[in-house]
Amino acid sequence: MISFWTCALGLSILLYVTLDGFDLGVGMLFPFAPNETARRHMLAAISPVWDGNETWLVIVASILFGIFPLVYSTLLSALYLPLMVMLAALILRGLAFEFRYKSRGFRRFWDFGFTGGSFVAGFIQGTAVGALVEGLAIQDGRYVGGPFGWVSPFALLCGLGLCLGYCLLGAGWLTYRTAEDVQSFAFRLLPRLMVAVLVFLAAIFVLALALDLRVMHRWLEQPELALFPVVGVVASCIFFVAIRKHYPLVPFLCGSALFAAAFGTLAVSFYPYMVPFSITIQEAAAPHQSLAFLFWGAGVFVLPITLVYTLVVYFIFKGKVDPDAEYH
Amino acid sequence: MDVSALLLSRIQFAFTLAFHIIFPAFTIGLAAWLTFLEALWLATRRPVYRRLFDFWLGIFGVAFGIGVVTGIVMAFQFGTNWSELARRAGSIQGPLLGYESFTAFALEAAFFGVLMFGREKVPRWFYLMSCFMVAAGTSLSAFWIMVSNSWMQWPVGFAMGPGGVFIATDWSAIVFSPVAWVRYPHMILAAYLTSAFCVAATGAWHLLRGSFKSDARVMLRMGLGIAAILVPVQLLFGHLVGDYTHDKQPTKFAAIEARWHDEQPASEVLIAWPDQEHERNRYAVSIPYLGSLIGSMSFHSKEVGLTSFPAADRPPVLIPFFAFRIMVGCGLLMLGLAWFGTLFMTSGGLERKRWFLWATFCSFPLGFIATLTGWFTAEVGRQPWTIYGQVRTADAVTPFLTTPQVAVSLLVFCAIYALIFLAGAVYIYRLLQRGPVQLPSFEGAATNPKRPLSMTGHSPGVRAGAPTLEMGE
Repeated sequence: MISFWTCALGLSILLYVTLDGFDLGVGMLFPFAPNETARRHMLAAISPVWDGNETWLVIVASILFGIFPLVYSTLLSALYLPLMVMLAALILRGLAFEFRYKSRGFRRFWDFGFTGGSFVAGFIQGTAVGALVEGLAIQDGRYVGGPFGWVSPFALLCGLGLCLGYCLLGAGWLTYRTAEDVQSFAFRLLPRLMVAVLVFLAAIFVLALALDLRVMHRWLEQPELALFPVVGVVASCIFFVAIRKHYPLVPFLCGSALFAAAFGTLAVSFYPYMVPFSITIQEAAAPHQSLAFLFWGAGVFVLPITLVYTLVVYFIFKGKVDPDAEYH
Repeated sequence: MDVSALLLSRIQFAFTLAFHIIFPAFTIGLAAWLTFLEALWLATRRPVYRRLFDFWLGIFGVAFGIGVVTGIVMAFQFGTNWSELARRAGSIQGPLLGYESFTAFALEAAFFGVLMFGREKVPRWFYLMSCFMVAAGTSLSAFWIMVSNSWMQWPVGFAMGPGGVFIATDWSAIVFSPVAWVRYPHMILAAYLTSAFCVAATGAWHLLRGSFKSDARVMLRMGLGIAAILVPVQLLFGHLVGDYTHDKQPTKFAAIEARWHDEQPASEVLIAWPDQEHERNRYAVSIPYLGSLIGSMSFHSKEVGLTSFPAADRPPVLIPFFAFRIMVGCGLLMLGLAWFGTLFMTSGGLERKRWFLWATFCSFPLGFIATLTGWFTAEVGRQPWTIYGQVRTADAVTPFLTTPQVAVSLLVFCAIYALIFLAGAVYIYRLLQRGPVQLPSFEGAATNPKRPLSMTGHSPGVRAGAPTLEMGE
């Protein structure tokens, strides 16, 4: 039961990161679009799905709340300020979809909120992961690091890295959903973004070695972890071939594979800890009654259906966008 | 424990929740109404239903968007500000809210995209189903929230584990708690009435302006007609909620009644200024015997007063007392409007009575005010407990939270929510003012350049057809 929910949590995090990742990435690339028509295309490429994508964040939060309440209460309260700022950023980002076209004279403001919100949300998510990798100050199951205990050069570097990664996903998504000048704009950006992401990954790796993080020891102890970097390298190779041949969608899929590889590396190197290295999955889990209650209804029944209709919605909105037809 | 971090956390939670609830209260009813309109349009093919659908869909979109983004804040605040509550009761509230995310939130979020952008891309039956899914999603969401909140009002089906962790022993007792099953209909009806009065008020407004007369007439009549049936049902459920409060939360009930001392038979305080310090009411107007009648359906029953409980277990009286009276006042006003409106409908001349149209137009905030004051009554009346009788609010807050942290986040939320509210109100107002767009020519096309393609190839009576998947290629 615990393993099921651990996997479900992992899947939800991964889905959130890849799906809302491309939304946030498009948001970050938004101001660099060549013109207003391109911006409309970019917005239309994500507006039918962003809401559903962001829901995975809520699902992550509620799995933590219901299944791993100790992790939920410890992590969320430890990261109080960054999470509050992230929520504010996500609000501004989400409102832009509805408000941008309805405003008179304030469009610039909502655009700024859209892009700024996307950047800040991505940056904070990356920083939080970085802080988690580096290890939060937790004693006896209680956070003791103070309001800014999560700030560190390593964590901030991870924040920047995730922003770049999201841009990569965003540009990859645009190659699929848009055509002509927006698509070629995305294809122009992609190689640079990919190089930047790889440089950042290397920098993070070197810094982790230099800081002698405990996570690194686990990488050296578990050679099977090398599988994930291999996946990453293969994905990167396919990526560059796809860019050269201008295959749409493939760059997005490769970017997702890269994210999945990075995520897998982290997950395996944390195991069996959930908050490294203070709370294990076993310690964090709620009493069996809670796990079972959610498992037999939501886990067995609703989660698969959710996945299915998420796919259906993506199927309905497949192909190139036509912002004229899709705007309500 | 820093007292002001606790106080600020309470203010922040109350503020973000009160702001959030405005939008679901509106969209739950609106989603159901849109489904109803779409079904009517498919069944009768009268263009007025389709016009009204398109008109309200735009408004729904704005309100729904705000509801979603402000709702995400709620999913995090249990952990950020109330981590002790989350640690101890997460094993019970977490799965309930988990069901909300899985069954409701995901459902409405996924189909919302189809609703807003997919009419031309899916078959008609699928579009109607999407409407229904969004409506079902919003109602399910409210259901799980009410189950979770009702458990906090009247905790059942649990045992206490090590470290003060609640362990669920009987999930069916929790989910089928009688408290939840009277409070859920009360909330849903509140949402339906809120939407019904917004629809009726919009109709009245356009009639007063002399614009979109036929559509406005339908809105006015449908809104008032639905309300005329639902308000009495709502009053009944309100009474049932009062019954459970009387039996299970006597301190809250006494606070609502501003009853300081045990009385037999009890009188009913209609209006007063409750004085918590001196444990008495100033300027009270009360009716003898009525208190016993309301509390226990008899003229002689003994009703409990606040001084029968230790001072540390008493809720503040002022807020529940006044919030409750405002809520009931709004309910009675709505009843009067809905019934008189229906009377004028049957006797004819509803649309010519300008004073009545003005009254209906001014009634649009009634539902919102009633919903908010109802929640204030329920939540403030539960104090000093977060989980009634089990966990005090002062023990639920994150222990290491500092005052500056909460002050910063509260300020950020105030600023952002003020912005959302202003912008949202202006945009909804403009949409309402613009009125329904006429089919089939779409008068608004000139001012709305994003629209024209939606009509190409489809006259309103023609089936949208199979998904046009290659659009734009």
